[in-house]
Amino acid sequence: MKDQEMELKEKKEIKKVAGEGTRPGPVYIPAVDILENANELIVLADMPGVDSKNVDIDLKDNQLTITGRIDRMESDKEVPLYSEFKWGDFYRRFTLSDVIDQSKITAHMENGVLRLILPKVEKIKPQKIKVVGE
Amino acid sequence: MATIRWQSGPRGASDLDRLREEVDQLFNSLTGGDEPFFSRVYPALNLSEDADHYYVRAELPGVKPESLDISVVEGRLLIRGERKESPEQREVYYHRRERESGFFRRSLNLPGKVAPDKVSAHLKNGVLIVVLPKPEEAKPRKIAVQTT
Repeated sequence: MKDQEMELKEKKEIKKVAGEGTRPGPVYIPAVDILENANELIVLADMPGVDSKNVDIDLKDNQLTITGRIDRMESDKEVPLYSEFKWGDFYRRFTLSDVIDQSKITAHMENGVLRLILPKVEKIKPQKIKVVGE
Repeated sequence: MATIRWQSGPRGASDLDRLREEVDQLFNSLTGGDEPFFSRVYPALNLSEDADHYYVRAELPGVKPESLDISVVEGRLLIRGERKESPEQREVYYHRRERESGFFRRSLNLPGKVAPDKVSAHLKNGVLIVVLPKPEEAKPRKIAVQTT
């Protein structure tokens, strides 16, 4: 894994986002990892250019929506010479199961990666069940 | 604009490099230049300029400054680095795994001269910005028209 050379993947653009038509410019689907351990679900999402203050996480009816807005990168004086990618906001939606304790969700941004921690409800955590003999 | 990998070693610009550059130029002219040109080499780069600088930007989410190596050699910007896996790799079950890790190297032919000792690079929110100042002699100069 370590010696793997990275290959460029084209950014996936969303053509229409419900209720999000207020900002011009493309919207992209961030690449995510979703991991699960005994206590929590962890969502990692690549959202380069998004400052922590511009991340919006919304949870409604088990629908988790992640929105990241980017600030403008270029100054007015700059003239583009060559372009391989476009800047854009990020948007992604997941459906969560009932096992998540929605009041304890935490999120933070680091180096353009969102880290969402979704703790499981206490009772769902695996427990050892004693078998009682008669 | 060449989007080839940087080759270390004494090879220099071989026939193959020149061929690649020509093919790249052909593609750029066909795509009109306005639409992003998709190269397979990570990371994708945007190049812009103002009167005093060139600017190269790349999306590098999750890459730390210490795992980046940036240099300017003979009119080329070289970017090498590694994106490491997230710390929580043990005792987890992956539901989805779309984020990649690994090393990368990328070179970009600069369109003009730069002052190599004044090049600076910043990482902010997972975006790399390389600022390449133009040398004095390459900056546009206002020439006063005198009447005699």
